[in-house]
Amino acid sequence: MCFLFEDFKGWKQYCEQHQMPLHQAVIEYEVSEKEASEEKIWDGLANAYTVMKEAVQTGLTQDMTSRSGMINNGAKKVFNYPKPLLSKEFQVLISRALAAKEVNSCMGRVVAAPTAGASGIIPGVMVTFQELHGVDDRKIHEGLLVSAGIALIMEKRASIAGAVGGCQAETGSAAAMAAGAMVYCLGGSVDQVFNAVAITIQCMLGLICDPVAGLVEVPCVVRNASAAAIANSSAQIALADVSGVIPVDECVEAMGEVGQSMETRYKETALGGLAATTTGQAISKRVLIQDIEMLPDEDQE
Amino acid sequence: MAEQSSVFDMIGPVMIGPSSSHTAGVVRIGRVARKILGKAPETADITFYNSFARTYEGHGSDRAIIAGLMDFKTDDDRIKTALDLAKEAGFQYKFKSVGNASVMHPNTVKVVATSGDRTIEVVGESRGGGVIKIGSVNGFGVGFNANLSTMIIMAADKKGAIAFIATVLANEDCNIASMAVNRKGKNDRACHVIEMDSKPSQVTIDFLKHLSWINEVIFIPDIDF
Ligand code: SF4
Repeated sequence: MCFLFEDFKGWKQYCEQHQMPLHQAVIEYEVSEKEASEEKIWDGLANAYTVMKEAVQTGLTQDMTSRSGMINNGAKKVFNYPKPLLSKEFQVLISRALAAKEVNSCMGRVVAAPTAGASGIIPGVMVTFQELHGVDDRKIHEGLLVSAGIALIMEKRASIAGAVGGCQAETGSAAAMAAGAMVYCLGGSVDQVFNAVAITIQCMLGLICDPVAGLVEVPCVVRNASAAAIANSSAQIALADVSGVIPVDECVEAMGEVGQSMETRYKETALGGLAATTTGQAISKRVLIQDIEMLPDEDQE
Repeated sequence: MAEQSSVFDMIGPVMIGPSSSHTAGVVRIGRVARKILGKAPETADITFYNSFARTYEGHGSDRAIIAGLMDFKTDDDRIKTALDLAKEAGFQYKFKSVGNASVMHPNTVKVVATSGDRTIEVVGESRGGGVIKIGSVNGFGVGFNANLSTMIIMAADKKGAIAFIATVLANEDCNIASMAVNRKGKNDRACHVIEMDSKPSQVTIDFLKHLSWINEVIFIPDIDF
């Protein structure tokens, strides 16, 4: 069973061979690898989705000010702004992704999906998707299983950690998971689901991790909104069978390669990008601990 | 000890933000330390290394480690107010930052905790996504991630010890996922770290504990339970 989440090709083959939908293979993986019961898996998914919905709600209703002050109730402002740019739905999508992520920045409860830095994307996307398309919770849970399968492969072949692969690995993976889940929930074929993942990766490729002052706030919060938008644009493209041309496994490989060659200063170290700007530096001085004992370069054992 | 990830590592963990490595992982390390200490700590000296050193306040790692030491789980709302709760409970803590510790993983925290006459030292690494690795316990290199049932046995370094322990566990149908031994000097002391797919019974743990050549048996269940 371990072979299954090595690559997307293997996942597809397995499903074809056993004539099962994508999400069922993920259940089998979890049952065999973790000796979990199916019932427990469904319960876990239901719980995760409930926490996601709550996070969206909390972020839109309660005070969301972070300890550093950089995050200050942005989601509510977006939600309440009187003039939708595209449509009310788009405005709601963006504000929900922001909301769940703000909850995360303010020490509230979220689901790390796949990581805490990206914890606004799947909630923002799936809550909005469910509302617009009227799918039931069970279907959303299936979608989450598919997104977990996507992440398992991305973790193995590339990375899902900003410190290893840059922000493409975090918000990029989350967007790919969300895009795949939506296409799946709408009854898309395996190829369409995987194509949605491929296209999303193509859009998120190369994104560096450069959090100001090393805190998961700026640019993380706004990137959750943009990743939610990209997940939707990719899913829309994939549903229409417009190919991403480069197969999904190769896209993941490219992501891994880009992540590997990314310089350390772009991997959560807060030494490059936005973190290194004049303002970024000034904020960092203000909010970070300065009283640090530095060990000599050649430290003993 | 490369474990396959779970679906709930991808859709999860459910946690208190902001950071899976700086908050959730740190709660877990604190909780492992709590299990090793075996009771509520009275004091704790905490050292944050490298990347943790500067950002532990901004990420709430300070509240996270204290929350873990108070046995809160990663999704406990009380993490946010853990420092106040510790004060109320009379639990005293100190924080220190050390940078440039090149032999250590970027996200490392060391906990020295005491309760009564018992003092323990745990060094843990937070490896991203909430995954942790306990690097050392009381100076012995260990290297487990606490997502299985883990048993740490401090014993005299004697011949046949490994086989003996393995047999005792096998008799109970405990599937051993990994077993590692770390020694301090030949024929001195050995630290066995055993990761199992299921939990051994209390009788077995007590049996091992009462053997004269075994100094200590610490059992750590899957850290999120
Ligand atoms: S910038 Fe870095 S910390 Fe922020 S969301 Fe992206 S990967 Fe995570």
